[in-house]
Amino acid sequence: MRSKVGIAALLGAATTLAFSASAAMAYTAFVSNEKDNSVSVIDTEKLEVIKTFPVGQRPRGIILSNDGKWLIVCTSDDNIIQVYDTKTYEMIKTLPSGPDPELLVLHPSGNPLYVANEDDNLVTVVDIQTSKILGDIPVGVEPEGMGMSPDGKVLVNTSETTNMAHFIDTTTHKTFDNVLVDNRPRVAIFNPAGTQLWVSSEIGGTVTVINPADRKIISKIHFEIPGITKEAIQPVGIRITPDGKTAFVALGPANRVAVVDTETFKVTKYLLVGQRVWQMAFTPDGKQLLTTNGASNDVSVIDVPALKVIKSIRTGRYPWGVVVAPF
Amino acid sequence: MAIAKAKRSRGSAPMADVKRSALLACLTATVALLGAWTALAQEPPAAPPAAAANDKAAAPEATHDVIPIVVARELRDEPLPLSLLDLPPKDLGVAGAKLAITDNNTTGRFLNQEFKLDPIEASDPAKLIQDVVQKVDAGAHFVLVDASPDTLLKMADALKGKEALLINYGAPDDSLREENCRPQVLHTAPTRTMLADALAQYLVWKKWTRWFLVVGPTEPDKLYADAVKRAAKRFGAKIVEERKFTYDSGSRRSDGGFEQVQQQIPTFTQSAPEHDVLIVADEGSLFGDYLPYRTWDARPVAGTAGLVAESWHPAIELWGGTQFQNRFKRLADRTMRPTDYNAWLGARIVGEAASRTKSTAYKDLAPYIKGPSFEVAGFKGVGLSVRNWNGQVRQPILVTTPKMLVTVSPQQGFLHQSSVLDTLGVDKPETKCQAYTQ
Repeated sequence: MRSKVGIAALLGAATTLAFSASAAMAYTAFVSNEKDNSVSVIDTEKLEVIKTFPVGQRPRGIILSNDGKWLIVCTSDDNIIQVYDTKTYEMIKTLPSGPDPELLVLHPSGNPLYVANEDDNLVTVVDIQTSKILGDIPVGVEPEGMGMSPDGKVLVNTSETTNMAHFIDTTTHKTFDNVLVDNRPRVAIFNPAGTQLWVSSEIGGTVTVINPADRKIISKIHFEIPGITKEAIQPVGIRITPDGKTAFVALGPANRVAVVDTETFKVTKYLLVGQRVWQMAFTPDGKQLLTTNGASNDVSVIDVPALKVIKSIRTGRYPWGVVVAPF
Repeated sequence: MAIAKAKRSRGSAPMADVKRSALLACLTATVALLGAWTALAQEPPAAPPAAAANDKAAAPEATHDVIPIVVARELRDEPLPLSLLDLPPKDLGVAGAKLAITDNNTTGRFLNQEFKLDPIEASDPAKLIQDVVQKVDAGAHFVLVDASPDTLLKMADALKGKEALLINYGAPDDSLREENCRPQVLHTAPTRTMLADALAQYLVWKKWTRWFLVVGPTEPDKLYADAVKRAAKRFGAKIVEERKFTYDSGSRRSDGGFEQVQQQIPTFTQSAPEHDVLIVADEGSLFGDYLPYRTWDARPVAGTAGLVAESWHPAIELWGGTQFQNRFKRLADRTMRPTDYNAWLGARIVGEAASRTKSTAYKDLAPYIKGPSFEVAGFKGVGLSVRNWNGQVRQPILVTTPKMLVTVSPQQGFLHQSSVLDTLGVDKPETKCQAYTQ
């Protein structure tokens, strides 16, 4: 992993070379600002925005290509996906999608890309090299969450109004099972071992953990925070540590991130972050977790080993998605 | 003087053929992909799903896993609203129910459940009630109702003892949830007290607490004014004066007209005590829209015109609302109105219960909907549930201008021991409803 000095030189930015030995590695985080039509670039060592560059309208879902060279952004109101160079921030090309693309996930091999199109009940499969649509998979009403099994064999899509997790075979593009979860499922994610699928239900206020092998529900996690109304607890983003032991659940307008033990499914801690926390991303070393706080226009940085919020970083308006590059 | 009249609701336009075939094509594709389904619209599935096996033998309708949802509309002679923009579309409400049926069926195809809309309408209340009873006797159990309070009550009484759940999506009358409540009636339409409380909370938050109340001549206007007065008392505002607006609405249009209105409204609103806001009670939209920008004092107008509290607004895009609005526009070729939303919510409630209970049987669905674990998502940022003392659906209320959302009530800081949504409308300790819980 290259240090921040390397990237700074590469960018040609005038920057001090006097970096002290810090525990935090230098990575680059990209945050989509839904209301500003821009992406904020954050240096995770300095913990500050080093650049903000314009993108298409209403940027939401944001991921990296496997080689880290491309930043892939759903620009929902343009009904298209834009691809940017992660070093120069120049637009490379666009990828087709269905209407109103929101969240996306790459096959572990790096291609194809699976896109949830919120407006037409379809998951679109896109070849990111040839920029061609390979197929559409009909799912429930308002598809959103996209989870990929670590072996790349199973894609799970959640539909917000149908309230289901749809299990899709990535070789046949066919739905082979549907699991009913609580209201308005937003995010689906597999644990690193592929033995658990976590699905957040924003309106239901719960997280459902499903066994991908038999699609039976293993556990349903509830959240209770003193002084916070039940209605304000709205789970959205989920991230599981690389060792698979701890899950972080963003609770929306409760302004908290819940820390959950993945064995007991008990909440061990609530971390106070910014307002309306939705999406999250780990730094590649797993030591920091960045959260997008839409209503307070900032990103909170959580020190993962210490389970402490160490900083909030001002971004553009309504930060939505976040991804961290390994450089 | 002639009063412009029209039947408020007429036959709903059938879904355009092209849309229907597109829908079928899409569903067919899905069916092919799922490989687990025999057919959707015409043929019943070969076997009932194991999960829904209870009570199948007793209910022949249910063996097909079809849930008919009746929409019953009483056509009423009412004067047309002032603005061309407010003229009621022929499929008002029904279009919302149609969208819910589509949403329900997208979910239903994964659960082997199918929902069918059965709209009926009549201008004679007796005929409408008779038709509804017939539908219920023929196996329909869920009836969305847009009728006058009197007709709704008679309908509920005619269905007493039968397996029928009525869902009122039209009438805002508190009396239907209070002294005249019926155990087999739910209400997705917010009450006047909910609307007035939602508006009041915002005005109080804004510290506009001195209200000049202007009340129209109709019974609904008086009821709305009562709700406003109640809200003032509840949230610490003051009615500085109540003034009656009497008028002969005349024809809705004429060439010209503004010249006289421009003279009349300032005169009418002259010499009011110091106030922060004028609140107008004019449910038929027959004069209220003349008030903004024409008042004697430079004060904002709220109530049934100007700043209005509603269950839905065609411009709201929060909480996934954009997709919902788009779906509606594609289906109905117009924007979604509060009545459409209320009807959508009614039919979605049935769909939600069917997918949660994995059943299509009335005796599974009705208690579940009225029970403590029921919750439905309705693009309002929180789960919506049913007040277990009077059958009213608790929900956030939007406070809006004609073009935009201003805020969503309950406002921050208005607290409640069980649900902040119950700061809107008549709360449990105040309810006069006894029949519902019996």
